[in-house]
Amino acid sequence: MRVARGHMLIGINEESLLVGAREVEKALRDALAAHGLAEEIDVIETGDLGATGQGVAISVYPDGVLYVGVTVADIGEIVSEHLLKGRPIQRLRATKKPSTPTGLTGKQPRVVLENCGLINPESLEEAIAAGAYEAMAKILESGMSPADVVETVKAAGLRGRGGAGFPTGLKWSFTANDDQVYVVCNADEGEPGTFKDRLILEGDPHRLIEGMMIAGYAVGSSMGFVYIRGEYALSIERLSQAVDAAREAGLLGKSVLGSDFGFDIEVKKGAGAYVCGEETSLIESMEGKRGYPRLKPPYPGAVGLWDKPTVVNNVETLANVPPILKNGAQWFRSLGTESSPGTKVYTILGQVNHPGLIEAEMGTTLRTIVEDFGGGVKDGKAFKAALIGGAAGAFVCADCLDKPMDFDSLQELSAVLGSGAILVLNEDASIVDLLDGILSFFKHESCGQCAPCRAGSVALKTLSEGIRNGTGSVADLDKMIEIAETMQVMSLCPLGQSPILPIQTALKHFRAEFEARLQAPVA
Amino acid sequence: MRDLLECYPPSTEYMLDMLHDLQDAEPRHYLTKEALRAVAAYVDVPLSEIISTATFYTMYSLKPRGRHIIRLCESPPCQLVGAESILDILKSHLGIDVGETTEDDAFTLETSSCLGVCGVAPAMMIDKELYGGLTAAGVVDAVEKVRRNDASG
Repeated sequence: MRVARGHMLIGINEESLLVGAREVEKALRDALAAHGLAEEIDVIETGDLGATGQGVAISVYPDGVLYVGVTVADIGEIVSEHLLKGRPIQRLRATKKPSTPTGLTGKQPRVVLENCGLINPESLEEAIAAGAYEAMAKILESGMSPADVVETVKAAGLRGRGGAGFPTGLKWSFTANDDQVYVVCNADEGEPGTFKDRLILEGDPHRLIEGMMIAGYAVGSSMGFVYIRGEYALSIERLSQAVDAAREAGLLGKSVLGSDFGFDIEVKKGAGAYVCGEETSLIESMEGKRGYPRLKPPYPGAVGLWDKPTVVNNVETLANVPPILKNGAQWFRSLGTESSPGTKVYTILGQVNHPGLIEAEMGTTLRTIVEDFGGGVKDGKAFKAALIGGAAGAFVCADCLDKPMDFDSLQELSAVLGSGAILVLNEDASIVDLLDGILSFFKHESCGQCAPCRAGSVALKTLSEGIRNGTGSVADLDKMIEIAETMQVMSLCPLGQSPILPIQTALKHFRAEFEARLQAPVA
Repeated sequence: MRDLLECYPPSTEYMLDMLHDLQDAEPRHYLTKEALRAVAAYVDVPLSEIISTATFYTMYSLKPRGRHIIRLCESPPCQLVGAESILDILKSHLGIDVGETTEDDAFTLETSSCLGVCGVAPAMMIDKELYGGLTAAGVVDAVEKVRRNDASG
């Protein structure tokens, strides 16, 4: 077997493709061939290198040099100076700390994103070399029973990473026994500002497959489905390819790793509906219907897909499962906080210097995330607020910067961790405009099944628009709260129950800004 | 059409996939009446049910769209960095409103709740191509580049 002297990893994802990653990769391969280095240095396509917003990124190993903003014109210099003469090109090196350090800073514990940006997501061999399917093998080898697996996940205290934070082991234990049980991975990532699941799918698809296999083993299921947002073309492609490769290698199918346990996965493509992120809507959609949420109970654990018991877990949740089984519950509990162990993958966005994807221990403060990972507020401006958890999230102010963030501590602040989207706002950001955008979103995405949400979301947007353009009145502010509270109590699913949170927190912290807008409308 | 449908077992479970494939096969990116009828016959459910499902999801259209579909992201992260003014520029450059198609059938303008590429906001897609970090000039350039490609090819 040929062993390469060095490796160059180029981040290929939706974002880098649009700044010419494909052209850079071609130029690099051509240049290596021209210098006779093609046999010595492997070029590997990988996922996000943690340099979002900094153009095409290439990391060079074993040197551990990360280049950002690489263009076709730079390739000749990289090859002739760095690869041939061993002199890294200083001007191209990442000066800012990468938001997902690929082992460069060693400061961040990486559990979920462990392999993202380090392996070729289209290669099963690389995934296996990086430890994929070890946990599944360990379970089968050591004769762990399904109940043991459930107990381990329970003991680890893993909580659902889709937003609600429900204990995963408990959810599994509530899943009824039946001749057919299904495992569904919710990859319908539609919360505005959230793209963590996309980068897991694009960067390390085998981790998700293994997580689903283990979930299947635990709940007695032989069939899993991944429901991916229809807009995520690259994720669908990479995961489908990974599923095929795993099946071919005997990792999926009637006999997993030669055991009596059989499990297979099918990838389902969504068609554009935010509400389908709600688990019962997602199930309806998988059955080929309108994505209307079902009345609960019964919960999917009892009556789910085709009326069979179904366990629905988020991508990030399932991605946490293999390392828990591999390293044990105690190891997982050594990360994060008492009530929310482990790490959380966040997307940090808006007016920060380094937007992108990060993984941090639960309990990390908002200040650390904004200042250390995000590189601080852009243009040296002051921090005004952050919207945590996407459109269904809450606004928090500077006084929350030093509070540790986990599921429970945020609840104490009347906020939620939600999907982990953190939108940072500087002193110039208009909360009035932003809230109006959020309410347009709910108006558009309300599925129309239940009246409180259908009518309420329209009424909220109408009132908000009046406030935004100055034709409304101060009384409308309280009216908004009243309507959103009614929706919270009366709506069938979390969509209608959500608008209260951004409205209430926006008004709690920034009521004066709304009143000022009413007095002095923006032309 | 039949060939596309027969890639799947005749079950409602695969209905969204069938609708995706039939729409993708249509140069004007929509579900024709014939396509909807064909799916109804194939999976053996009433046509009304197929239409009900198809109209629920934003990715399907029952009206002919332009040869190219522009989808501008209007999520809060994009809005924060100027997606609204980008939308105004697109509207005036194309001379159409959201949901409309240009007279020459080249472009349909749509918005998306979130394209999931917030790291490069404001962003849009033209067909399967993504454009990020949009500026007033950049957005017009992107549209014109597609137009030029059409003219030459």
